[in-house]
Amino acid sequence: MALYSDKVMDHFLQPRNLGVIEDADGVGEVGNAKCGDIMKMYLKIDDDIITDVKFETFGCASAIASSSMATELIKGQRVEDAMKLTNKAVAEALDGLPAYKMHCSVLAEEAIQAALEDYQSKKSN
Amino acid sequence: MQIYADNAATTKMSEAAVEAMTDCMRNVYGNPSSLYRLGQKAKEKLEEAREEIAAVINASPREIIFTSGGSESDNQALLTAALNGRKNGKTHIISSAFEHHAILHTLNKLEKNGFEITLLPVHENGIIRLDELESAIREDTCLVTVMTANNEIGTIQPIAEIGEICKKHGVVFHTDAVQAVGHLPIDVKAQNIDMLSASAHKFHGPKGTGFLYVRKGIIPQNLIEGGAQERGKRAGTENLPGIVSMTAALKEAVAGMEQNNAHMSQIRDYIISGLSEIPHSALNGDPKQRLAGNVNFSFEGIEGEGILLLLDQMGISASSGSACTSGALDPSHVLLAIGRIHDVAHGSLRLSVGEDITKEEADYIIASVKKVVEYLRSFSPVWRDLTEGKKEFILK
Repeated sequence: MALYSDKVMDHFLQPRNLGVIEDADGVGEVGNAKCGDIMKMYLKIDDDIITDVKFETFGCASAIASSSMATELIKGQRVEDAMKLTNKAVAEALDGLPAYKMHCSVLAEEAIQAALEDYQSKKSN
Repeated sequence: MQIYADNAATTKMSEAAVEAMTDCMRNVYGNPSSLYRLGQKAKEKLEEAREEIAAVINASPREIIFTSGGSESDNQALLTAALNGRKNGKTHIISSAFEHHAILHTLNKLEKNGFEITLLPVHENGIIRLDELESAIREDTCLVTVMTANNEIGTIQPIAEIGEICKKHGVVFHTDAVQAVGHLPIDVKAQNIDMLSASAHKFHGPKGTGFLYVRKGIIPQNLIEGGAQERGKRAGTENLPGIVSMTAALKEAVAGMEQNNAHMSQIRDYIISGLSEIPHSALNGDPKQRLAGNVNFSFEGIEGEGILLLLDQMGISASSGSACTSGALDPSHVLLAIGRIHDVAHGSLRLSVGEDITKEEADYIIASVKKVVEYLRSFSPVWRDLTEGKKEFILK
C-alpha cells in the first residue's frame, strides 16, 4: 500500500483554496517550525457564513492535504457548524492518514478553530 | 525522465551481481558444510569469495566474517570490542555524534550496561577533529568507532589518521564503511583499521548481505550462536548466492572506482553550484571531503517531505532528513550534529547520484529542485514571515 491515499496525494498535488485573503475577517496560525508544521488559515465571513477561506502551510504532504481538505469542508458553512469540525472528519475525508501523520489533521482542526476564534473576538470588540 | 538519485539508500544490482546470484542459486545449491561434492563445490565458492573480498581491502581471508549487512556487522563489531574490553577492565568507547543508528543505538544499549560513551562533535563541515579524538582517549578506552563516510551528508573522515592515533594508544579502531566500500579505496593495513563493516547493497550488490572485517588478534564475539559456520563466529547456513553476488559487485565497483569518482564528483559539483543559486539555501557538509555522488542541501522556509514527493512526480527519487519522512518528531540527527537548527534541518534534500548520471540529468535535477522549492515557498507561512522581515533568515 502506498504511504498516502489517492485523496491525500490529490490535495497535496492540487491544493484547494491556496493563498491569502488580505482583508480577512479571521486569521489563525498554529504549529511551529521546530516541529516542522505551521498552518495559517484566512476566513472571509458574511452574516456568520464562511464565504471564502484560504490557507498557507509549511509542512509535509499530509499537512498540506489536511489544510486543503479542511478549507473545503468549512467553505460555505455557518460559523457555529465550522466550529464543530474535528480532525477525525478531516482525516476521514482524506480516506485516512498514516497513524503518525494524524497530528496533521489535528493541526488543521486547530487552525480553523484559531481563525474562527479570531473572527469572534474581533466581532465582539 | 526517470532519475534514481537515492544510491545512499540502496543501489540497483549490477548485471554481474544478478548473474552471479542466479547462477549460484541454479547450480551451486549445496550446503558448504556438507561433505559430498555438491557441498564442497559450494564451500569452494564461499572461500573463493572470501579471498576476493579480503583482497579488495588488503585483509586476509580468515579476517572476513560474512554477515547479513551493515547493521549486523556494526552490532558485532561493537559487541566484540566491548566484551573484550570489559575483560581487561576497559569500558570507555569513543564515537562520533553523527554515526548511523546501527552504531548509536548499540552504543545506547552498551551505555545501559555500564559502558561510558563519548561522542565527538563533527563540527559544521561534518568532520571530526583529530586533536579532539586524541584528547578523548583514556586509559580505559576500549574502542574508537567512527564511520568512514557519512550516509546523509557524505563527508569523509580522516580514517588513516584516526587509525594511527588509535594504534599509538593501543585502542581498537572500528569503522562503519558501509557508504565507503566500493566507492573509496580502503586498505585496512595502511589505514590501521582493526574492524570494518560493509554492506553489499550500497555497491550494486544484493540486500541482506555484508561482511565484517576483524583483524587477526582480535577475538570476535558472536551475535548469533549455533553451528560452526564462519569459524564459529557467525552461525547459520551461509547465504552463498548473496555472498558470490556481493563479490561480483564489489570487484566491478573497485575496478571502475577511479573513473566513476572522477565523473560523479564533477556532476556533484555541477549540481551543488546549480542548487546554490537558490536563495537562502546551503550545502550540508564539507564541499570537497565528501562522497563523489553526494549532494545534501537545506532550503529555508519549506519542509523536506513535500520536496521529495513533488520530485517523485517529476521522476526523481531522492531523500530528506526531515522528521516527516522518518516518522520521528526530530529531524535528522546528522543535520542537528553539524549545527543546523530544527527549522532548517526539516527542509533538507539528499541527492545521491549513481555512476551513470549524465550532465543532462543533472540539469533536469537542478531545474526540478528549483521549481519545487519555489512552489513550496509560494504558500509557506514561514517563507512569508521571512521575506516580510517578521523573522530573520538563518541561511543567508
